[in-house]
Amino acid sequence: MSATSEVPHTPATPGTGERDRLQRVSAITQALRRPELGSVLGAIAIFLLFAFFDSTPNHIWLQQTGFASWLQQAAFFGILSVPVGLLMIGGEFDLSTGVMSGVTAIVMALLVSKWHVNAWVAVVITFAAAACVGLINGVLVVKTKLPSFIITLATFFVLRGLSVGGVELLNSGNTVVSVTEAHPSGLASAKTVFGSSFLASSALPSGYSTAILWFIGVTLVATWVLMRTRFGNWIFAAGGDQYAARNVGVPVNRTKIILFLSTALAAALVGVISFTQASSAVSEQGVGYEFYYIIAAVVGGCLLTGGYGSAFGAAVGACVIGMAFEGVIYAGWDSSWDFAFLGVILLLAVVINTFIYRRASTARR
Amino acid sequence: MSEAAPLLEVRNVDKYFGSVNALREINLQVNAGEVTCVLGDNGAGKSTLIKILSGVHQPDKGEVLIDGQPVRFSGPRDARALGIATVFQDLATIPLMSVWRNFFLGNEPTKGVGPLRRLDVQRAQRIMLEEMAKMGIEVREPNQPVGTLSGGERQAVAIARAVYFGARVLILDEPTSALGVRQSGIVLKYIVQARSMGRGVIFITHNPHHAYPVGDRFVLLRRGRVFGSYMKAETTIDQLTSMMAGGAELEALTHELQSLAQEPEVQELASELQSELSANA
Repeated sequence: MSATSEVPHTPATPGTGERDRLQRVSAITQALRRPELGSVLGAIAIFLLFAFFDSTPNHIWLQQTGFASWLQQAAFFGILSVPVGLLMIGGEFDLSTGVMSGVTAIVMALLVSKWHVNAWVAVVITFAAAACVGLINGVLVVKTKLPSFIITLATFFVLRGLSVGGVELLNSGNTVVSVTEAHPSGLASAKTVFGSSFLASSALPSGYSTAILWFIGVTLVATWVLMRTRFGNWIFAAGGDQYAARNVGVPVNRTKIILFLSTALAAALVGVISFTQASSAVSEQGVGYEFYYIIAAVVGGCLLTGGYGSAFGAAVGACVIGMAFEGVIYAGWDSSWDFAFLGVILLLAVVINTFIYRRASTARR
Repeated sequence: MSEAAPLLEVRNVDKYFGSVNALREINLQVNAGEVTCVLGDNGAGKSTLIKILSGVHQPDKGEVLIDGQPVRFSGPRDARALGIATVFQDLATIPLMSVWRNFFLGNEPTKGVGPLRRLDVQRAQRIMLEEMAKMGIEVREPNQPVGTLSGGERQAVAIARAVYFGARVLILDEPTSALGVRQSGIVLKYIVQARSMGRGVIFITHNPHHAYPVGDRFVLLRRGRVFGSYMKAETTIDQLTSMMAGGAELEALTHELQSLAQEPEVQELASELQSELSANA
């Protein structure tokens, strides 16, 4: 009894001695705690795997053609996997992203080809429409306190229905909306910005897709926001423990709504890029892709339960998926194996990331 | 000094939930540089009292005074603005976030303007290290997740944060209840530290052994009422313990044990209780 009462008055607490025994954390230990570590190792492994199994003549996997092809795939996944990753760090899911990228492409296509709206005006309308859906998703999740999994699954079905029904209704039963005019106003410049290519050369006549630049841009902005802004701090807090976060005055609801807004806007970006690239859009395009975005984020170290992860990791996760899809073609394997391959990658990534996460989050004594 | 109005005072507060009388005629006070311990068993009304003090609930009768002025909180934000910070045991910090991110969560320092407005990471880390050092904790690495700290240190991060952001009254909700003996000792040290910085501390606990060494005033709650209020000089730890356990009830329990039990261990326990009771009497 008296021993207990002595404790607070004793100057040398039991903790002081122990400090000396703890070494400084080494750089390797710090690296082993990064959420994106697993995805970086995985990306390197998969790159080398397909370099080995590349069955094309001249082994073009290791040439610009190879890079350009998987990077374009990665860009289409990554523009969405990065904001989806941020949303997951914030503790929520969005299952409407895939269909949203398709619906926005359809909206843009209808505006330009059917109603002859200037392409830039169409871009603005498309983004605004997506923002409305994102806002609805966010507000519904925050107000109903239902799992975002369910809310966005509902949005997914509504959008999917609208996409099929709307196109049938407005495009006389044809599921493909394509540009028929020779030079729709503004489309050429919109195409330059969203759906063209760069760095074309004799080795790579078609160049690299502009989507890659957007992918890099989205990743840089997301990393900046997450690591260096107040909002980034709130994302971690909202997903880590939303009650504790509210307790210290973090606007958790606003944070989550903005995250839903960002996934919707990123989906619209993918929609605009794919329409300008192809000059057409197909109803139901993008359906099913929402899982690839989530897989990419998980491979990149974003915790399914929120509060942990990185934007860079989600981008690397998108590269892993891009390489897996393209690599299977280069290896000359049947593309049906894509899914089995993806499943194995996902499982490995989750196991490795769980290990990293445990290292990072538990006491080291 | 004793003439000055208390930092925080609760006068004749009642709280009802429907027909349930959760609190009745509660009186307590805390002065700057003092620790007021609120002792009570489960269901005594401790959490309702915290919620009134932190602005979550409003009292149905009576008043809460700050510096002698009656106040009415419309929410936790109001209470915080008036310098009352509540550190909830399980809501104190976010384990996966680094120490400095936790420390400044909701009050992040920034630099730059417009789109370049960004966290002032260096400043945040420096201030955090300084403030933790004042508490006597040397954080090795500002980026280490709070989850890697010990339970006592995690409470200390929350206490240091509250002190840094201008809390005059700290309400600590059972900060030691989930901790081992040594970790509890560490938390008690920070309570003393906060007190010596001139803060008023309301320390809510059910453990008189934790309360007595650091407390200046002791308020005992049972079934929503204050049934004992003492200055440190007026009471002893044994008295607090026996009052907490509920003297008369404990006596009845002792007799019951004696009459029921055949096993020697239980008999022994009963006679121990008996001797302890007679020693206190």
